[in-house]
Amino acid sequence: MARTHGGSAEGTGAAGDRPPTRRPRWSFPLVPLMGIVWFAAAFYPVYYMLISSLREQGDYLEGSPWLPPLEPVLSNYAAVLRSGLALYFANSLFVVALSVALIVFVSFLAAYAIARIRSRTMRAVFNTFLMGLAIPLQAAIIPVYLLIVELGLYDTLYALIPPQVAFGIPLTVLILVNFIRDIPNELFDAMKLDGGGHRRTLRTLVLPLSRPALVTVVIYNALQAWNNFLFPLVLTQSANVRTIPLALQQFQGQYGVNVPGLMAAVLLSTLPIIVLYIVARRQLLGGLAAGFGR
Amino acid sequence: MSERRDWRAPLLLTPALLFFSVFALGPLIAALCLSFLQWNGITPPQWTGLDHWARAFTDPATLNSIKLTLLVIALSWLLQTPAAILLGVFLAGHQRYRAVLGVFYFLPLLFSAVAVGLIWQAILSPQGAVNSLLRAAGADAIAHPWLGDSSTAIYAVIVVIAWQFIPLHTLLYQAAVRQIPQQFYEAARIDGAGRIRQFFSITLPQLKYTVITSSILIVNGSITYFDIVFILTGGGPEGSTRILPLHMYITAFQETRFGYGSAIAILMVALGLAFSLVLLRISGFSRMESQAEGA
Repeated sequence: MARTHGGSAEGTGAAGDRPPTRRPRWSFPLVPLMGIVWFAAAFYPVYYMLISSLREQGDYLEGSPWLPPLEPVLSNYAAVLRSGLALYFANSLFVVALSVALIVFVSFLAAYAIARIRSRTMRAVFNTFLMGLAIPLQAAIIPVYLLIVELGLYDTLYALIPPQVAFGIPLTVLILVNFIRDIPNELFDAMKLDGGGHRRTLRTLVLPLSRPALVTVVIYNALQAWNNFLFPLVLTQSANVRTIPLALQQFQGQYGVNVPGLMAAVLLSTLPIIVLYIVARRQLLGGLAAGFGR
Repeated sequence: MSERRDWRAPLLLTPALLFFSVFALGPLIAALCLSFLQWNGITPPQWTGLDHWARAFTDPATLNSIKLTLLVIALSWLLQTPAAILLGVFLAGHQRYRAVLGVFYFLPLLFSAVAVGLIWQAILSPQGAVNSLLRAAGADAIAHPWLGDSSTAIYAVIVVIAWQFIPLHTLLYQAAVRQIPQQFYEAARIDGAGRIRQFFSITLPQLKYTVITSSILIVNGSITYFDIVFILTGGGPEGSTRILPLHMYITAFQETRFGYGSAIAILMVALGLAFSLVLLRISGFSRMESQAEGA
């Protein structure tokens, strides 16, 4: 596939193959050029982070920003691990796991009801969720903070979960509704003839058939929760409930000019996502792009 | 069985509705109500009516934030849209070298906004990579504390934002370009259209609705970017990067003015909705929707 004549779908005119009948006089290879430039632009900061993290702190300022250090050291990683990164990892994992499980569970139930039951109420509920897509979490953060304080959850890991769930629901419901609607009616009818109730229909029919959509929403929501910065910034303050993004920001204040240490921390914190990208690139990009449903 | 269905089904909705109303929709409505109050979180709140709203449109700090936000919207669009279209076209090609390069293209998406902010802060710092490069090239005069100077900080921020978000829009355009029917290009070739002509006469018009979708995302994103800017500059120097979400955060949580902060928050929502509606109106709403579903 990759080696076909380049004219299958991407002919795209701009960069595909030449017309068989007549060669264009000359054309500036703007698109391939842009492709190379972006490769450098996208890759360099990541490379810079990697080589900086391997430098001695004293060596950092003199070192070339282009070449890796002659004598790479791992001491920055050791220092970061000693400063409690493992705890912040565990905190983040806890919040991500609980949030994603809740989001997907409640959204799955809601999406099934919305997709299968035709009534005016259901349509109104669906429209309410769709409206939710337009609510930026930054706009709701002040009342969320006041509410979390009122509930006595302030400065606990549990403070981070309900708002994360609430803001994950609209897009998750939208994706799942679109998917469940595509399941052929005949399958549901057959289920009904067998005397299956909602519970059985959900478990033996909808759940297995929705797997691709579920993978997408799990990845999307896990990334959102893993990377969320505003909720922990506003809803927690103690070191023992820090999640990864907040811990990185605190490192910034704490390490100050220790760029190698900071870069090591950034790299370690992103490692799970890099690994996911390597093993499941297609699914990860699908999950990332899920936000486009908006 | 069908009666049972009818009363049990709404139960399936309740958990999702409960979370959503209490922690998303409710807070949005509460923010609107709070914007009519003056409250520092300690003494009892006072009713101030429309004072905060009058202030939002006269207070120099808020006007400055609105201006900066509009600048971020405009420049982000100008920077991200052409780049993402060209990259989407590039990646839509099935040549192997493009697929290989494509693996690296999406690297920026893997990093949290905080991580992106920290990496770029190191790169843009006075001793960072950009300045090293400039000095090595003999352009010492241009070397600069990019984030520390109030005249360049906002532009540096916009570039970093573009770095993180161009790949997301590239994904969108790549998918859209691959859906353009191949016959269009064959017909154009028979008519003798060159590649540039094909791009402007076929590719670009076919991408129209994708451009609208992507633009709405850029505009709404520009109004709400918080993390990257908070890490890079914290709104400084001298308020030169204090865009609306930062202004809201500082007002509410550092100056504990929850009422006025809420007014700024609602202003962000209103601005986002207004821009989205205008963009949708331009494009023709119903056709836009069917496109979005296909994407």
